[in-house]
Amino acid sequence: MRPLTPRKILGVCGVLFAVLFVVVVVSLRMGAYPISVRDIVMTLFNGVAGRREQIPSEFWLVVFGLRLPRIALGILVGAALSTAGAGFQALLRNPLADPYVLGVSSGAALGAIVSLVIAPHVPGLIQIAAFAGAAATIAAVYFLGRRGGQLDSPTLLLAGIVSASFLSAIIMFLMTTLSGRDLRGMAFWLMGDLSSPAAIDLRWLYFILLVVLGSIYTTSSDLNLILTGEQEARHLGVNVNRVKLVVYIGASLLTGLAVSVSGAIGYVGLLVPHVMRMLFGTDYRLLIPASALGGAIAIVIADTLARTVVAPTELPVGAMTALAGAPVFIYLMRRKVR
Amino acid sequence: MNVTAGSGAASGSQMGPLAAGPRPRLKVEQVSYAYAATDRSAPKFTLGPVSFEAQQRELIAILGPNASGKSTLLKLLGGVVKPLSGRVEIDGTEVGGLDLRTRAQKIALVQQESELLFPLRVWEYVLQGRYPYGKRLRFESDEDCLMAGNALAQVGADELRDRWMEQLSGGEKQRVILARALAQQPSLLLLDEPTQHLDIGGKVELLRRLRNLADENRYTVVVVTHELNLAAEFSDRIVLLQKGKCLRIGAPGEVYQRDLLEEVFEAPLEVETRTSGRPRVILRGSH
Repeated sequence: MRPLTPRKILGVCGVLFAVLFVVVVVSLRMGAYPISVRDIVMTLFNGVAGRREQIPSEFWLVVFGLRLPRIALGILVGAALSTAGAGFQALLRNPLADPYVLGVSSGAALGAIVSLVIAPHVPGLIQIAAFAGAAATIAAVYFLGRRGGQLDSPTLLLAGIVSASFLSAIIMFLMTTLSGRDLRGMAFWLMGDLSSPAAIDLRWLYFILLVVLGSIYTTSSDLNLILTGEQEARHLGVNVNRVKLVVYIGASLLTGLAVSVSGAIGYVGLLVPHVMRMLFGTDYRLLIPASALGGAIAIVIADTLARTVVAPTELPVGAMTALAGAPVFIYLMRRKVR
Repeated sequence: MNVTAGSGAASGSQMGPLAAGPRPRLKVEQVSYAYAATDRSAPKFTLGPVSFEAQQRELIAILGPNASGKSTLLKLLGGVVKPLSGRVEIDGTEVGGLDLRTRAQKIALVQQESELLFPLRVWEYVLQGRYPYGKRLRFESDEDCLMAGNALAQVGADELRDRWMEQLSGGEKQRVILARALAQQPSLLLLDEPTQHLDIGGKVELLRRLRNLADENRYTVVVVTHELNLAAEFSDRIVLLQKGKCLRIGAPGEVYQRDLLEEVFEAPLEVETRTSGRPRVILRGSH
């Protein structure tokens, strides 16, 4: 009997941080302008230490001006989507739940587009609108997914898939009729894309990310019990309604946050928590931080591939995640049926 | 079993002295309940009023046909649903007034289990019973592990601890579920049809185990069951329900009257008294 300790969590997170660092350095190296790993590490090191004058200006431009902001955006989006996925899986007691599969990402995207049409220049409004879209969609899917007062797994997934395609159709309608406006492209909202920089200071988004991750994390031991059964959790003293509310708002915020800057990137929220479960077990006290870091790693890898495999053109990052994620989704679904 | 010393002593220190004073462990006073589909419609189902008391070391069986309100009564005892009128007290405190975690330290309620979403080891499952004692993120202490280990030993499931939950047989699973309830160190143990999916050997074993827990570890045990003969054999008192009404409360010999049982269960029954003094119910031949 070896229960989970804070030390094990720190150990696992340390390893994942190291992997993330390596992935970031490799990603910084890839691209049209050649730069050696040694130069990248020196540039990062001097940049963090505040010694900008010691960095050749072209290195500064390539690393801090071009490649790192995109990677930082990818880390944010990956961490947000994976944690949201792990949260939805516990909240809905469904291992196949994911912001994209459930249509929550499409709802967030629609919210974002509507806010861009109505008031394009209000800072932060797009994030709020994306959150509202996400929260409304998951509420709708939750109620559509019930049968006889009980949450029914296949009905829930069908409700999600139908909502996703319905909302995507509205997005396409809006994008087509409003073409000419200063909106990002259809692929951005439907498939997810990290190529356009966010219109809002990244530090703000990271601040929100950390606050929301923290609040979801405080419920992690409650989520462990809810996963074994809601009624049992109640009998063991868990305030189930409060926990569900925190996770519902938190996961919707994370989805809104990610979609507002990158569009609807699919399958990360499904894939990453499952891989982390296979590696480190199902305890949410470890799974949440591991999923956040794993999601960051996954998106940085996917985006690096998306911008290099068909260079000089680019794929949307969502195409890469779907290529990897869809087969895994089918594998998980079939394994569950057996 | 080798466990009584460890867990008995520890539960005593956790829950304070359990001096056998005049105050009953569990006190049910004129409790009633009504269920309606909506707030304004007429109630579809009513229960009560029910009154009884239970001391430590007592095993009480709630009997009755389907839809007689057995599970509802159990939920009322556990504080999961609030009574329409009346009150349920445990050790002198009203159950509804306890906060969730304090309640879980006093009462363990075992209902039909939900399906597990992700695989879980037996010891992880039993350790969940320690939740009401944990701090913020609830990293389990050495004491928690000890208590979980004791609980597993108490139900004779030591050797199962590293198995996966989904690989257990029905009887093994029921034992592990009971161990999780014991890990809560409750004084009141409530079980809703725990014998449902067990074969006859498993049923007898489970009831005998509950009897021992009550006798040796001073638990008060309330069990909802359909097993008339097992209830007669192992319980101190019977609560007989029919369509939400409490018909009779008393020792098995007092409650098991042929006319009464035949009317309640709508079946041709015969009651005989065994040499032990406990009644036995048999099906009357139709000839």
